[in-house]
Amino acid sequence: MNLMAYRDQALFADLRQRMVPRIEAKAETLGRKLRLMEVCGTHTVSFAKTGVKQSLAESVELISGPGCPVCVTDQTDIDQMIAYARLPGTIIATFGDMMKVPGSTTSLYKERAAGADVRVVYSPTQALAIARANPERRVIFLGVGFETTAPSVALSIRQAKREGLTNYLVYSAHKLTPPALQALVEDPAHQLDGFLLPGHVSVIIGRQGWHLLESLNQPAVIGGFEPVDLLVSVYRIVQEMERSERSVINGYPRIVQEEGNRVAQALLAEVFTIADTPWRGFGALPASGLAIAPAYQAFDAKAALAVEPPPTRLSKGCRCGEVVKGKESPLQCALFGKACTPENPLGPCMVSTEGACSIYFAFAGGTA
Amino acid sequence: MRILLAHGDGGALTHQLVTKLFRPAFADAALEAEGDSALLASQTGQMAVTTDSFVIDPLEFPGGDIGSLAVTGTVNDLAVSGAVPAYLTVGFIVEEGLELECLRRIVTSMAQTARAAGVRIVAGDTKVVEKGKGDGLFINTTGIGWVPESGRLGIGLIQPGDRVVINGPIAEHAVAVLSGRAGLQFAEPVQSDCAPLNRLIHAMLEQFRTIRFMRDPTRGGVATTLKEIALQTGFDIALEEALLPVRPVIRGALELLGLEPYYLANEGKVLIIVGPEEADRLVDFLRQQDQAMAGLIGQVTIGTGNLWLQTPFGGRRNLSLMAGAPLPRIC
Amino acid sequence: MCLAVPAKVLEVDLALSTARVDYLGSQITVGTALLEAVRPGQYVLVHVGEAIAVIDEEHAHEGIALWKEWAKEL
Repeated sequence: MNLMAYRDQALFADLRQRMVPRIEAKAETLGRKLRLMEVCGTHTVSFAKTGVKQSLAESVELISGPGCPVCVTDQTDIDQMIAYARLPGTIIATFGDMMKVPGSTTSLYKERAAGADVRVVYSPTQALAIARANPERRVIFLGVGFETTAPSVALSIRQAKREGLTNYLVYSAHKLTPPALQALVEDPAHQLDGFLLPGHVSVIIGRQGWHLLESLNQPAVIGGFEPVDLLVSVYRIVQEMERSERSVINGYPRIVQEEGNRVAQALLAEVFTIADTPWRGFGALPASGLAIAPAYQAFDAKAALAVEPPPTRLSKGCRCGEVVKGKESPLQCALFGKACTPENPLGPCMVSTEGACSIYFAFAGGTA
Repeated sequence: MRILLAHGDGGALTHQLVTKLFRPAFADAALEAEGDSALLASQTGQMAVTTDSFVIDPLEFPGGDIGSLAVTGTVNDLAVSGAVPAYLTVGFIVEEGLELECLRRIVTSMAQTARAAGVRIVAGDTKVVEKGKGDGLFINTTGIGWVPESGRLGIGLIQPGDRVVINGPIAEHAVAVLSGRAGLQFAEPVQSDCAPLNRLIHAMLEQFRTIRFMRDPTRGGVATTLKEIALQTGFDIALEEALLPVRPVIRGALELLGLEPYYLANEGKVLIIVGPEEADRLVDFLRQQDQAMAGLIGQVTIGTGNLWLQTPFGGRRNLSLMAGAPLPRIC
Repeated sequence: MCLAVPAKVLEVDLALSTARVDYLGSQITVGTALLEAVRPGQYVLVHVGEAIAVIDEEHAHEGIALWKEWAKEL
């Protein structure tokens, strides 16, 4: 199967030639640039990397949404996770994304240098393997990520229960995407013309997972990540803008189904319960997070371990909270590129490869 | 049999290690002389000296081991400076408990690599540290070479318009080393590119007068090496992503792990800054020297020390120095 | 927000709920417990070591064919 066709340069060039004028015409009719939000951080990266963003810059303002897991994780959660690293007899297992995120006073990187046992894993399965191999020590897996990632973490928890492991814990900071989008749509200050919805979250929740957004009649397209996908998705959002009755368009049907991944949904419902959760920038959003269900409480780091984290302190002047909501551009932050750089990040938006600040920093002249 | 603390105490076991393992493997008159120093013939011209310490997990990986790496790394550092490598010294810091057989394989591989590169290993030292205080084995190598034509190469000779050429595909070493840990297997061979480049570089320098500067993109990868050059010269360097040689199998591994090739280590690659008039001929020459994927990857322009990566879809990305080790990520 | 890779299934281990998959010649073992069914030859989307979807080949072909045609027509 030639999935690489979605990276085909010739097809991309043909489509660009034909689609961009139509998108520009729409902007001309409105008398301003179109304001479209790409919710997913991987989309933000793909737009900048492929140059699709620059191709559209005349007529489309792409606004990064709350789709970088590390960036939307609340500072209290980050501080708590880092505080676990100091517990004796403890191994922290984490995705690489978390390593450099600055807590209020320290980071996992610094804790590792100070002697903490912090291990980067590719998958929750590997974290579980570390727990099996170290029965005398406690392994805490740091669960960050959205609907895409949470089922794999849920699998590791269920497996730990089946095996009777008593030294595997998960700190769940997992989040649900639709509630954050709903909060954005309902914020009148936003004036967004449409949404590019995250393709891989939609794999799990399905097209139908966006029913709330649909009921708000927003132009919205679920899109893939290859250059052809990106261009076509923007074009289809513009087409949707023309309609008065809108439905969420599945522009990624090779991977996303109407009902999503039912096995994963059932597993999430078994292992987690939906909870109110704090987000960076948004504050507490109702029913927007995944807490570990009572039946799996033995694996819940929050329930099993009380560790006093240091008092939470945000970097002075850091605008990450506004950036994740798409309310401010990184360029509006006084720290950007001066006190705050990828080498010395002050907020998570500069740390994560898909944080808006690090992407603005990496791509030509802040036009990314 | 395993290495004991006594193998490093200067007594009978140390003597045994030297006479039974190191000396026969390295087979050099300077070692046979058993002096406290190697007494060596001098050569004319500028002397080049470099030192490097090697720390790697695992010690043995597809396509090489810490021993071949230690020789290669130091030989290549001399060669890219325009020197002809002549002598190496080697210091081993062994962790108590290392399999003697493993040490033997590594020493043998060092000796073979040195012979292939035409350099002599003329002095050595061994220490043993307690179990838990070392990662199996650390090696330090110091290299000495002579520069036949001083002033021939220098970062100050780089001019806007110069081209950037590389001798083959990138990120091969890093993926070979990572593959075991990450549980990766491959449909085609993936090996470290670990190889001494001194003969190749010597041949290039003889034929191409406009080579201005060379550097081997080891730790930090192509991006960090070129960014350093950009910062030091104050010029920009523009790379074409589509021209950067990366084998599909390597690209596949990196996408699976969430890593990018630009910051990953190479151990048999050289970046060459060459005048535009000779760039194409240099690429042809490299390809004839068994470097099939050699290519022109970018050029130097007037600028302010930026390293740009031009994507095939019209985007442009500013590559920084590597910030910390590359970590696999989920997003 | 979520890097994922479309990989081809080489072999399936039903007992362990794992599969060996290939992406551009690199092969890795992934979990399949999140899929209802999977068989060798299919493509799956891999994220953090788990297959999270079976890729619909027909849609993949159709998608490209549609846009190729559209690009030509205009």
